[in-house]
Amino acid sequence: MAALIKATNITKVYHKTSVPVHAINNLSVEIAEGEFTAIVGPSGCGKTTLLNILGGLDQPTSGTVMIDGVDISRMKDSDLIDFRLHNIGFVFQAYNLIPVLTALENIEFIMLLQKRSRKERVARAKELLEQMNIADKADHRPGELSGGQQQRVAVARALASNPRFILADEPTANLDSVSTENLLDLMARINREQKATFIFSTHDQRVMDKARRLIRLVDGAIVSDDVRS
Amino acid sequence: MYLTLAYRNIWRNRRRTLITILSITFAVLLACIMRSMQLGSYDKMIENSVRFHTGYIQIHKKGYWDDKVIDNSMPMDTSVIQSMTRVPGVDAYVPRLESFALASHGTQTKGAMVMGIDPEREHQLTLLKDKVVEGRYLTSGDEGVMIGQGLAEYLKIGVGDTLVLLGQGYHGASAAGLYPVQGILRFPLPQQNDQLVYLSLPTAQWLYGADNMVTTVALLIDDPDHTEKIVRDIRSQIDMEEYEVMDWKELVPELVQNIELDNVSGRIMLWVLYLVIGFGMFGTYLMMTAERIYEFGVMIAVGMRRFRLQGLVFLEILMMSVMGVLAGICLSLPVLIYFNKNPIRFPEEVGEMVETFGMEPVYAFSLDPVIFTNQAYAIFFMAIILSGYPIWKIQRMKVVESMRL
Repeated sequence: MAALIKATNITKVYHKTSVPVHAINNLSVEIAEGEFTAIVGPSGCGKTTLLNILGGLDQPTSGTVMIDGVDISRMKDSDLIDFRLHNIGFVFQAYNLIPVLTALENIEFIMLLQKRSRKERVARAKELLEQMNIADKADHRPGELSGGQQQRVAVARALASNPRFILADEPTANLDSVSTENLLDLMARINREQKATFIFSTHDQRVMDKARRLIRLVDGAIVSDDVRS
Repeated sequence: MYLTLAYRNIWRNRRRTLITILSITFAVLLACIMRSMQLGSYDKMIENSVRFHTGYIQIHKKGYWDDKVIDNSMPMDTSVIQSMTRVPGVDAYVPRLESFALASHGTQTKGAMVMGIDPEREHQLTLLKDKVVEGRYLTSGDEGVMIGQGLAEYLKIGVGDTLVLLGQGYHGASAAGLYPVQGILRFPLPQQNDQLVYLSLPTAQWLYGADNMVTTVALLIDDPDHTEKIVRDIRSQIDMEEYEVMDWKELVPELVQNIELDNVSGRIMLWVLYLVIGFGMFGTYLMMTAERIYEFGVMIAVGMRRFRLQGLVFLEILMMSVMGVLAGICLSLPVLIYFNKNPIRFPEEVGEMVETFGMEPVYAFSLDPVIFTNQAYAIFFMAIILSGYPIWKIQRMKVVESMRL
């Protein structure tokens, strides 16, 4: 299967107080459409940096990142924002919903940025809330939802733009075990039924157990890449 | 949804937003009151000086204003008068024959300004009849005089006594006459009180040998704000080689200069006020930006273009400004309307002093719409300037760094 994401020889060097820190070290990886992949490793191994680079939030010091044949590693800031909007969904560790908008409006917001009609936005947002089993929370603001519910809204928001893939940075880090289990089941189902591509960064064993591919990082380099049946 | 988002965002920190809006409200309220008093005082100054003396517009023979002698008088040409009165906005005309003479009674003599007037028309313009403190007001057929109270006291003359006038008439003729005093007038301005002698127009023309001549035609107009247009219209109707048409700004340039000078100091005061409020507003925007940097980073990360985010923040700042301005105007409006209808009177001693300058001793309040629109412009201008900081910050922020906070 052709690679959806192809990162080649990427390096990321931070100059912290003039001492260079190699967060990513000449790393190459390919991810195909429909994968359910977890990037794992100890703290500071470069998981988040790799995710940021794959998601176009950060640019590599060297190397290229191709998404669907488009090189995003040297893209202009405004083009990159548009590219992210239409191609990448994000789920953050701290949910990062807009606190003054309701669950429905948070999901709608992404589609508003895509300039979709109000009718279409509301219909899609409601459909996603149904899928996430939180339709009854549509009019609740994030502050009125539990962590698990907020993260479901965040997943719905990530899916709302019909992205090519979804990046989730430690999505279960702030959740209890029941919420984690529910969220993982939900994402696995979406991956299975809708062929949505998920890439996680995590050090949560429960996430690793659900992932069909495990990329293990140490010191900014891949030390193992296991695909499970 | 952007409007909803902006509106909800500004109420995230309810207390801070309220303080910001209240500070704008207070600034607008204070500025409106200050400007209303200032513009109101200018209106009064203009009214006292122009409305009750020169009139808003005067027509003379060309050259009269530079050389005010009776030889520069002009005939009362009915066709010219008709052309002027036909101009929209001109309500009436007030003819005058003005010159100088020595006024004498008994052993006392003093230089006086003699004004030949049409008593009824003059009253329409300057409310002269109201200044009679003794005797009676002139009628057009009268052959007596009315004189200022100060002059009467100096000459030791009263109603019924005879005043001698001696001067130079039209084209070198001598002007001399005896006139019974019919009335004593009291003017607030000492120059007027100590110098003025009024005769009916035919009597003055007879005295100066200037039959059917006048030096000035003052115009009564419907609205002082129409002065410039009316002057333009009259200039297009009459022969400008023969006549000069002057508005009140040309007639009393020193008044215009005084107002302009005072206006500058008033504006400086306003800008100081706005500067103080501006720092308060800036503090709010600074905090609002600092505590939302992470959120801004997330919004850009998920696909919100920077200019949209900048627009959203500007909308929030604009909303707070609009609320502050509207509240300020709504609060100031009843205050200004009340004081416009019921001006504050000066305390007695100060009032008397003010009256000696020919001013009515009141703090007048203006309701000129420009008072309100200018405050709105000033606040919006500040909002635009101050929104520069969050806009700059959003433009410069790095998404990953801001989300690491």
